[in-house]
Amino acid sequence: MSDLLMKLNRNRATAPIVKALGLPNPVQLARAEGGYEARPFSGKIALLGRTSNGYAAESLSAALRSAGAEVLSSLEGADGRHADIVVMDATGCRLPADYRALYDTFHPVMRRMSRNGRVLIVAATSEDAGNAVAAAVARGIEGFSRSVGKELGKKGISVNLAYAARDAVDRLEGVVRFFCGTQATYVSGQSFHVTSRVARPEALPYSKALTGKVALVTGGARGIGMATAERLVQEGACVVCLDVPSAADALHDTCTRIGAIPLMMDISSPDAPARLAEFFRDKFDGLDILVHNAGITRDRTLANMKEHYWDMVVNINFAAIAAIDDHFLAAKVLRDDARIVCLSSISGISGNVGQTNYAASKAALIGYVAARAPEVGSRGICINAVAPGFIETPMTDEMPFIPREVGRRLNSVMQGGKPRDAAELIAFLCTPGAFGISGDTIRVCGQGLMGA
Amino acid sequence: MHYGNPRRVAVVAANRIPFARSNTAYFELGNQAMLTDTLRGLVQKCNLQGELLGEVAGGAVMKHARDWNLVRESVLGSGLHPNTPAYDIQQACGTGLEAAILVANKIALGQIEAGIACGTDTTSDAPVAVSRGMQRTLMKVNAARSNGEKLKAALGLANPANLIPELPMNAEPRTGKSMGQHAQITAHRYGISREDQDKLALASHQNLAKAYDEGFFDDLVMPYHGLVRDNNLRPDSSLEKMGKLSPAFDRKDGTITAANSSPLTDGASAVLLASEDWAKKKGLPILAYLTAGEVAAVDFIDEREGLLMAGAYAIPRMLQKRGLSLQDFDFYEIHEAFASVVLCTMAAWESAEFCRSKLGLDKPLGSIDRNKLNVKGSSIATGHPFAATGGRIVATLAKILDQAGGGRGLISICAAGGQGVTAIMER
Repeated sequence: MSDLLMKLNRNRATAPIVKALGLPNPVQLARAEGGYEARPFSGKIALLGRTSNGYAAESLSAALRSAGAEVLSSLEGADGRHADIVVMDATGCRLPADYRALYDTFHPVMRRMSRNGRVLIVAATSEDAGNAVAAAVARGIEGFSRSVGKELGKKGISVNLAYAARDAVDRLEGVVRFFCGTQATYVSGQSFHVTSRVARPEALPYSKALTGKVALVTGGARGIGMATAERLVQEGACVVCLDVPSAADALHDTCTRIGAIPLMMDISSPDAPARLAEFFRDKFDGLDILVHNAGITRDRTLANMKEHYWDMVVNINFAAIAAIDDHFLAAKVLRDDARIVCLSSISGISGNVGQTNYAASKAALIGYVAARAPEVGSRGICINAVAPGFIETPMTDEMPFIPREVGRRLNSVMQGGKPRDAAELIAFLCTPGAFGISGDTIRVCGQGLMGA
Repeated sequence: MHYGNPRRVAVVAANRIPFARSNTAYFELGNQAMLTDTLRGLVQKCNLQGELLGEVAGGAVMKHARDWNLVRESVLGSGLHPNTPAYDIQQACGTGLEAAILVANKIALGQIEAGIACGTDTTSDAPVAVSRGMQRTLMKVNAARSNGEKLKAALGLANPANLIPELPMNAEPRTGKSMGQHAQITAHRYGISREDQDKLALASHQNLAKAYDEGFFDDLVMPYHGLVRDNNLRPDSSLEKMGKLSPAFDRKDGTITAANSSPLTDGASAVLLASEDWAKKKGLPILAYLTAGEVAAVDFIDEREGLLMAGAYAIPRMLQKRGLSLQDFDFYEIHEAFASVVLCTMAAWESAEFCRSKLGLDKPLGSIDRNKLNVKGSSIATGHPFAATGGRIVATLAKILDQAGGGRGLISICAAGGQGVTAIMER
């Protein structure tokens, strides 16, 4: 998991050589070690840009202040200090001329943003626009935010776009806290929707956010699953890590280390949904958080693909998830206000040579969460997918040097992510405060070039 | 020490790995791995993940110095709640059953609600130690204060005699005789024939094979490292084949052979014991109750009594306390360290002389129905990983009683140092 280029850039002896060769110098990304803080933005400067007739600015301002930020409308009175966070209410953009507000807000601060800063733009949804031009204007903001992301990525600044419905502005606090927080370090260039589909949960804790919740993370022995389980434990959840019996040692080591409960099971066996349901009903009287992380690859070109490789990948990566959800929802094992997160993949978005089976199963999950979300919204349940890009794991360590070097640089921050970065996005989507987001797929890829 | 009235102790579930002859399937494994995996299997079977139990007691007879906290370390990797206390015990081959008695006592007294008794042993990963001379030298180097003193102490390292490692020995420290030699002397004393021993050994293999074929062990034994059955099992053995072996401990007149003895074996077992309330609350079945335990020891120095005859003393004491006769049982589980131990024990109970002079009884305890003895096989067929044998027998008898729908069973396990651990189970 070591990034040689980053090491050479950090070493005083080798840094000049790397520079002379014109090799990239990726920024050290900020990462949090612990759980969410109550006032994570305290001491930070947040710039809030507006458009006339925008409807989200008040809500955004309140969210920034409650998280502890000092909110300014421009950097003019900031005594030369840089902005840590820039939030733009672009919901008032309805005509091409309104784009000018984007220029006016961002042009003066592009050189005055701190490393590891955050940009969040909030736009109206195309569906709400009412006419073709307004819809196009809303859609066009995505091109703007992605380009800003590429421009600022080398400073470790992430740039994301929330399409917020007019009746969903009360759902922006959690969104602001995550996408403007340290935790979103490898989530950039994304757009997602904030809607009023799911009712507000009774309590909206923003630190120890998962106290009292019971969570299941499949494939929890290693990698992203392990990091996710650890992250959920940090937020106070009681976490069950599931993995196959052949991973028993890693599974139990992980659980002992992070304080989770190990469960050995093959999720693709036909009786798995019923056995799992019984387990959670008997032990916990239900389940609040379900992270479908378990997945396998069996890579071959389609021409060389064995039948059982095809079936195995589709069964484990897709069919098992649908079967478990069907059973859990029908049997009411998933409690009201539950959260489901499916692990999709960049391969599912962009396609990849030798991964027809894998990409099909992972792309299916994108459609799955979109279609499942309206079914479960009335019970307060959110379901989303997370698509990791190049995440540094033992698996990527085994890649040949050149594909690995290329793979990890092909994004706006010019480095691979950590399992923890994916875990941060997953954990956020599991919190009560993420109730505005359901049916979406969000990538954690440092704004990767592939499939963008 | 007790909270309320004594309570019945239920045997709720059990798990073991198939037993493997020494230096075969589990050659690369150790006690820690085997015990941990066995506990994991039990945890999975009973959905005990994250469950806080009263305690886990168990141990190993052959143990590395690094495994000083063997059971607790295994518990930490088992999936049980990390706050579950655990401790190691060692009573030679009686370790497993003694652990069950200890846990059961605490449950009976109301100190705990549920616990696991377990044991593991391997002779494929024996604790080979440095010699006494080397050990003293190293301790002296460690204790030396100045570099000069250290150098002086370290000169002992150059002594080639110190380089010979110390191997674990299969001999009684006070007699220098191996367990087999002791057993052979006792067999001679009771006039136990080679044929009787071979017959008992054959029955052990046949009974075990039948039990496996019937699926008896399906929920007691988990597949492990390629094994689904004990690999010492010889279903096709015969008296002719066994008759060809030469005696192992007395070349001339010996009757004990490799075929009518238990072999060196690797394995682990665990048994879940609980109060009735706890079992009901968890929705776990009660297979049987552990209703009595008795441990005896004999003075075997100079053959004043046979090394492995303590069971013959413990059981009459237990019967007297319970007001039972030897014939009041539906099943007998007498551990087959050697076929001769089982036969000598039964011969002693049948002997008016033994029962009068050694036990102080007016009449002999009498004989037992051999059809009720070790009906699902015993250690000659399964193998005998010392500390794991108790758990195997408790689990087997519990399931026998459960399948029979009721009854009473007797357990006797002989152990090194002239000891014997016995128990009664009922349903």
